[in-house]
Amino acid sequence: MEQDWIWGLVGGGLIGLGAAIYLLVNGRIMGASGILGGLVDGSERANWRERLAFLAGLVLVPIAVVPLYTEVDTHLTGNLGIVILAGLLVGVGTRLANGCTSGHGVCGISRFSLRGIVATVFYLLAGGVTVLLFKHVLGVI
Amino acid sequence: MRALFGFIAGGIFGAGLVVSGMTDTTKVQGWLDVFGDWDPTLAFVLGGAIVPMAIAWRLTMGRRPALGGTFPPPPEPTLGHNLVVGSVLFGAGWGLAGLCPGPALASLSYGGLGGLVFLAAMAAGMLAAPPVRGWVDGLAGSS
Repeated sequence: MEQDWIWGLVGGGLIGLGAAIYLLVNGRIMGASGILGGLVDGSERANWRERLAFLAGLVLVPIAVVPLYTEVDTHLTGNLGIVILAGLLVGVGTRLANGCTSGHGVCGISRFSLRGIVATVFYLLAGGVTVLLFKHVLGVI
Repeated sequence: MRALFGFIAGGIFGAGLVVSGMTDTTKVQGWLDVFGDWDPTLAFVLGGAIVPMAIAWRLTMGRRPALGGTFPPPPEPTLGHNLVVGSVLFGAGWGLAGLCPGPALASLSYGGLGGLVFLAAMAAGMLAAPPVRGWVDGLAGSS
C-alpha cells in the first residue's frame, strides 16, 4: 500500500515517544527483551513493578488500538517448528547481546552507542541472510 | 507512579508497534528480503522512532529522571563476542518468523496460537541464555 510509509513514520514516532517517556520519567532504557528477560529469569528483581506495568501496557493497549485498525494480522507462519526455532533464537540471542530492536536499535543508535550500532548491523545482516536462505534457497518460509 | 508511567510508556510503545506494521511478519520479512520484493517501511519506523529518542537523550543532559533516581550510564565502549554472537542468533530468529520481542508481546491479543508458541519459545530461549553464554565464552577463550 502507498500509505504504509506514513503509518510506519507515525508508528515509529509513537515507539520513540514511549521510549522517551520511559527514559525521561522512569530513567530507564526501553528495551523489550531486557524488561521481559529480567522478569523471566529473575535476574532483575528490582523495579519488577514498573517492568510488569510496562509489559501490561505493551500487551493490553494494542487490544484497544486494534479495533480502530481494519486489517491487523501477524501473518505468522503456521509451521510451528519454524516458530519454535525462531522463538528460541530470539530469546537466546537477545539475552546474549543484551538487547534487541528497541534497546539496541531505537535507544542505542539514538545516542550513537557503538554497541547499539554494531548489534543492529549484525542482526540486520543475519536477518537478511536468513530470509535469503530460507525463503529463496530452501523455500520453507 | 513508576508503574503508572511504565504502563503508559509500554502502552504507547505497543500502539506504535501495531500502527507501524512491526507486528506484521510479512512487512518485517519484506524489509529483510533485500534480494526479493524489498519493503522499505521499516526504515521509516526506525527513523521515526530514533528522532524523538535522540531529542530525549539531549534532554537528559544536566537533569534527573522526573521520578527520581539517575539516568543510565553512558554506553559501554567495549563490544565483546557475546554482543556479536547474540545479535546474529537474534537476527536469524527475527528473519525466520518476522517477530522480535516487542511486537511478539504487542500482538499477543491477536497473534493466535502461533504467537503464544513463539512467546513461550522466546522465554525458554531467555532461560537457556546463561549456559549458552558460558559455552560461547569457552569457545572464545580457547581460540
